[in-house]
Amino acid sequence: MSLRESARLLLGGEVRKPAPEDYTPGARQVHELKRMDVEHQRQLKEHAKLGHPHRNRWRNRRWAVLIAVNLLFVFSFWLDIQILEGALTASRFLGFHLIDLNSALQVMLAHKHILVNLVIGTATVFVLWVLLGGRAFCSWVCPYHLLAEWAESLHLYLVKKKKVSDHAFHRGLRTVLWLLFAALAFATGYTVFETLSLTGILSRALIYGPGLGLLWVLFWLLLEVVYSRRAWCRYFCPIGLTYGAVGLATPLQVGYRLGNCFHEGDCRKVCLVPHVLECVIKGRATDEKMDIGADCTRCGLCVDVCPSGALNFEVKGLSKWL
Amino acid sequence: MAAKLPHKAEQARRRFLRALIGGGALLAAGGAGWLPLAYGGEVRLRPPGALEEDDYLASCIKCGQCVQVCPVNALILADLGDGHGIGAPYIDARAQACDFSCDAVQCILACPTGALTYTKPEHLDTRGAMLMAAAPILLAKEKDPEPTLNLKERIGVARLARPELCLARQGKGWKGAARAAEYEGMLRFMEVDRWQPIPLNDHPFDVAVCDLCVRTCPIKGAITLEALAPDRAPSLMELPANRLGRQKTSAKSLAAPAPLPPAGEGSNRMTPVVHEPCVGCGVCEMACPTEPAAIVIDPRRGWEG
Repeated sequence: MSLRESARLLLGGEVRKPAPEDYTPGARQVHELKRMDVEHQRQLKEHAKLGHPHRNRWRNRRWAVLIAVNLLFVFSFWLDIQILEGALTASRFLGFHLIDLNSALQVMLAHKHILVNLVIGTATVFVLWVLLGGRAFCSWVCPYHLLAEWAESLHLYLVKKKKVSDHAFHRGLRTVLWLLFAALAFATGYTVFETLSLTGILSRALIYGPGLGLLWVLFWLLLEVVYSRRAWCRYFCPIGLTYGAVGLATPLQVGYRLGNCFHEGDCRKVCLVPHVLECVIKGRATDEKMDIGADCTRCGLCVDVCPSGALNFEVKGLSKWL
Repeated sequence: MAAKLPHKAEQARRRFLRALIGGGALLAAGGAGWLPLAYGGEVRLRPPGALEEDDYLASCIKCGQCVQVCPVNALILADLGDGHGIGAPYIDARAQACDFSCDAVQCILACPTGALTYTKPEHLDTRGAMLMAAAPILLAKEKDPEPTLNLKERIGVARLARPELCLARQGKGWKGAARAAEYEGMLRFMEVDRWQPIPLNDHPFDVAVCDLCVRTCPIKGAITLEALAPDRAPSLMELPANRLGRQKTSAKSLAAPAPLPPAGEGSNRMTPVVHEPCVGCGVCEMACPTEPAAIVIDPRRGWEG
């Protein structure tokens, strides 16, 4: 996916079907082969499935990391081990400043004065998430993501039982909210979004003890169970957009190999941001090897679920050597 | 039959409408968080080195690193029910004052954004009355080569808000723990442990004339106990809040206080007097044994005496 297309999807643009001239000769050949030799494809698929049983390998690793990071915050204070002090909005790791990019942005716009520590912490976190894959922050660190995943399984169960249905929002909403909250911080001189940030509220509640703010978290979880699947992370949270923008420059991506794909679509069913996976639909991939876009949270659910190994974590420029 | 919209277009229309309503609702929620502030909510005591309230709320990133370094847990992060500044730290002096047990102002050092700062940047607002005439001397460090706190501005100032309750003014002493049995606040007593604060109630007092506010004050020269002069008009520092126009005068507050023995020659009636070095830490309010406290901190008020 081109950088421009990746950014367009991130900002909420609709997925476009590629034009005939967008396809590389190689991709065109693969699509052609798949159309011609259906029986052979079916055999290949059965063979591939034997080698790729569904395991929750990446999900388990990710949950372990997410829980470990948040516990490190908690224990640094509770047990006074002082490794990761502060909360997700701003902290010190062994004394080094780390500052959440979205919180830093809110503070800079509200305060209109930038301190050296703030710049150092923000730059460190920026570099960190360029290396670790932008929105990987969402799925590998944000505590709300984990709660939302559990709420999501409940939602999907209720959908299956036909008790509730999913209501989608326009994906451009997040971009509009990002701009409005930035403008609000600047105009009011108050970090308005921090009052609403589920990440901040939950992180502080874990570290400093629960408060009424958890009611706001509970409200969103309920909304996601009964009304709209993963609504906060998909359509609302401006933090996701901030880290998504960082993800435009990251070498750590999920990569797609057209030759290994049998277009069953399991990946799109588990994905938080299925618009980045439209290239897996039959006939859509314009190259034999595609990068999944910046909005991808690198959660690895698609890698786990893919029955034929077509989706994998990759480090651009390094994968050849690994 | 009316023409039905194509399925896809109808879905898109609904997605857009939901986004409009959902986005509007979230903005309204954000506005609801900001309004109590815009309309000037409750005045809270902020940690040492805090910028003026507007700048403070703008620059605080709500990470709680100041909370983590405070040895007496004096800093509380505001909750949803506290109205404004959710996640921004404040001090409830009566519950737990800042007693400078850390020997410095560690919370300032911990702050990553400069919401708490040793030296205010020049372009930010400063009120003259907040500036300390000299760096405050911490009694605990008085004999150290560097006895002062790195604090240029006060965070408030103590005031004898309820002189009618003050035990010293009635010539009464105090025996026992300063506060009610369930009270958990911590305070450092040099004579007990130079480095560790202990529960205030673990340190009972026995004084002929109550001077708890004076003997617990961590700052040199901030408060003294003086003989109550006969027929002296109450000073500004002693006036009840209602006479300073901060509260409505209620019938109750106008009721005549109980008759007291006359002050003057031979009387043991005393009064606490607050002086300019007061930084507004709130230890006097915390230690005051009357209920409610006779002496309180006026948060973010400067020295006017």
